[in-house]
Amino acid sequence: MRYETSFRLNGTPVSVSVEPSRTLLHVLREDLGMTGTKEGCTDSECGACMVLLDGEPLNACSYLAVQADGREVTTVEGLSAPDGSLSALQRAFLAHGGVQCGFCTPGMLISATALLARDPDPAEETVRAALSGNLCRCTGYQGIVQAVRSAAAEIREG
Amino acid sequence: MSRYLAPAGLEEALVALAGGARPVAGGTDLVVGVRQGRFPIPDDLVAIHRLAGFRGIAEGADGGLVIGAGTSHAEIVAHPRVTRDWTGLADASAIVGSPATRATGTLGGNVANASPAADTVAPLLCADAVIVCRSTAGERRLPLDGFATAPRRTLLRPDELIVAVELPAPAPGSASCYVRLEHRRQMEIAIVGAGALLRLEGGRVTAARVAMTALAPTVRRVPEAERILLGSDGGAAAVTAAAEAVAAAATPIDDTRASAAYRRAMAAVVTRRAIGGALARARGETVTIPASDTLFGAA
Repeated sequence: MRYETSFRLNGTPVSVSVEPSRTLLHVLREDLGMTGTKEGCTDSECGACMVLLDGEPLNACSYLAVQADGREVTTVEGLSAPDGSLSALQRAFLAHGGVQCGFCTPGMLISATALLARDPDPAEETVRAALSGNLCRCTGYQGIVQAVRSAAAEIREG
Repeated sequence: MSRYLAPAGLEEALVALAGGARPVAGGTDLVVGVRQGRFPIPDDLVAIHRLAGFRGIAEGADGGLVIGAGTSHAEIVAHPRVTRDWTGLADASAIVGSPATRATGTLGGNVANASPAADTVAPLLCADAVIVCRSTAGERRLPLDGFATAPRRTLLRPDELIVAVELPAPAPGSASCYVRLEHRRQMEIAIVGAGALLRLEGGRVTAARVAMTALAPTVRRVPEAERILLGSDGGAAAVTAAAEAVAAAATPIDDTRASAAYRRAMAAVVTRRAIGGALARARGETVTIPASDTLFGAA
């Protein structure tokens, strides 16, 4: 049996009919075309599948899509402005070499977006802790941490 | 799987459970367990994340705390009463999984899952936690001590839901701490863990709780260690003897993360640090939350 599941996806109401056993990750990628969200370990270890659920980071690989009903989901596609211009955080990732192969980047951006929403001036250790659920297989962490701190400064200074 | 229900009312959820449905809150254990092949996905699921009154922390009439079973670890560690009076629980909730796990995973789920390595259970045992279970037949209040009967087995009946965890008021002069041994700071499961609660009055230990994690089929208290501490001055000799008692009581397993011999060797070390952290806090000294960071070196 399928269940009609309605939620806001990157600010736009969507409705999909899903089997209760399907994960939010698969529904986002396969039914809704949001392939920016990646499938990595499927074990809540790597963070490649991370999205925001009501503003909080979530491993979409380990969450049932039906439980998103009535809620607000943000994927990496929702971080840029409607005209396609990048967020301060996305620009900082490019400027600081925070992207190598790119597979972890959507999840990193999601975790960092959640961090900056609650802490506009995070210390380096705070950034590292907030990104601890996101693994970079290229081990490019230095550029990522620098990018987050640089974006925080840019946002603070307006 | 075919049926799914996400009610806002507890009674509707309990009726579903009585009809054979299985509950899902954050799903952090359920979905991963299904994919790992540890159990099939239930045919009939009742989602409990929308239940009114299921999430949140309330002050009890007696100065204790009532934590809704659907409360996330992130909410627990952000609560000022928890960080002040149930510091051991804050130590544990602060290190469960990753930030995403802590935003989604719930206290009720951690208790119900009954992992031998569950981080929150040792500090909850030290706090004399009571598990409030509801079914269509009514309410049962069970001590957490004895609630887990085997790995992933508890006294919870299939038609029952954990709705809250009650913590009695902490005694004046008491403090708690939870420490675990880990290969890395985050995204980790306890290799060995220990919780301790000590009450100091006039330089004497007048109450003691010690619980061990990932050292037995269930997270459990170690009465031998508690007896050694009780009535002592909390000095190095008593702390060392209590820690040795935990190592002697441990029945660890070999698995991919550590050998039984290593776990047993580390049991005394980790317990000593947990007791030391609780004693320091009872004396008014600051041990930063989570204590694991402080006691095992800088993050």
